[in-house]
Amino acid sequence: MGHDYETSKKLVLKIIIILGIITLAEVFFALLGKGYIVEGWHFPTVIMGGVMIIMSAVKAYLIIYEFMHMKYEVPGLVKSVLLPTFLLVWGIIAFLYEGNDWGNRRDLISDKNKEERFEEPRETGLIYDLKYSENQ
Amino acid sequence: MAVDTLAHTDLSHHDNEVSWDGASRPFKASYGKLMMWYFLLSDAFTFAGFLISYGALRMSSPAWPVPDFVFSTFPGGLHHKPLYFVTLMTFILLFSSFTMVRAVQEGQQENKNGVAFWMILTILGGLGFLGCQAWEWTTLIGKEHMSYHTNPFGTHTEHGVYLEGDGVDIKEGDIFAPGDSYLIHQHDGEFHQLSYRVTEGEDTGMVKEMSFGPKAFGALFFFITGFHGFHVFSGVVFLIIICVNVISGLYVKRKNGYEMVEKIGLYWHFVDLVWVFVFLVFYLL
Repeated sequence: MGHDYETSKKLVLKIIIILGIITLAEVFFALLGKGYIVEGWHFPTVIMGGVMIIMSAVKAYLIIYEFMHMKYEVPGLVKSVLLPTFLLVWGIIAFLYEGNDWGNRRDLISDKNKEERFEEPRETGLIYDLKYSENQ
Repeated sequence: MAVDTLAHTDLSHHDNEVSWDGASRPFKASYGKLMMWYFLLSDAFTFAGFLISYGALRMSSPAWPVPDFVFSTFPGGLHHKPLYFVTLMTFILLFSSFTMVRAVQEGQQENKNGVAFWMILTILGGLGFLGCQAWEWTTLIGKEHMSYHTNPFGTHTEHGVYLEGDGVDIKEGDIFAPGDSYLIHQHDGEFHQLSYRVTEGEDTGMVKEMSFGPKAFGALFFFITGFHGFHVFSGVVFLIIICVNVISGLYVKRKNGYEMVEKIGLYWHFVDLVWVFVFLVFYLL
């Protein structure tokens, strides 16, 4: 393993304390951003979200590298396990982008439905109407 | 050639960490540990698939239930304690991860009693987490009436004033702003949606009723935390089996340095790792 029993015992204790502190910090930031800690004081969600995502990534690193002993495995094993997970970067970007687009379409349809209320009722279907108004 | 093959087979029978039939071990790891890593990789993709679909559906909804509001009850009839209970759950799981590492370390020292002691603590941690989850689900389903197809946790999208109260948190005349959360209470088996008057924007003056939150929330919550809870449950079952084997002295007899404890350790840390992300997307963001 490369290091003796006593030092690794101390190291693990240190890691678990760090993990605990990060978790408390995450909860603190989550509540701070939504105005629970300082009354009425809100913080932009993007910044708070970013901070919490980074803290979770640090926790994930500590769990994989220290607790799961990835640090002490040969480089080939580390790469064969960790590199495939980078495919998820594409998955996250693509699906969040797509989800956002579903939301936009939903808004568009509900806006169009509101417009319909004040117009003469048409006999055609909704999809035709949307296409029709887009073409104009 | 035949002699060669025979020689290899023979060799592998004497090697206690066998399983590979080749001469050298890929990545200097045993078959079991390497395959556990690849199983965990595939499991990570399964969880990532669920969490990504959660993200896509959340992005597509105009409003999403605020977690500090949804998860704000604590055992003993306490309310308005945002995230307290789930933080406790996280700490229980983190602590059980710590005890698991200690069990693996004692295994490397060939200390049978040490392994058994720390494994029993890990099992208790796992059971504690499952108990907390059971309480959380019971509250959501039984008291707040959330189900996989109905989500009574809504979020306002405009300014307004309530025209009636629910007798719990909302009183007649209370005002609210966009982004404020509410829970539609159930009386005598029926949801009671309060009415309110819009005070700002293009719909000013209109009387509306509380609407239900996005349907997908309940299904995603129960499915993803349920799938994680199922992993914890099966982890506890395997921990118990391996702990019994440790106590019976099976691994001392096998002389393979408690490798089984290391393998279940990898799985157990993975369950904790997944919780880091479930905690992030469901409770923090």
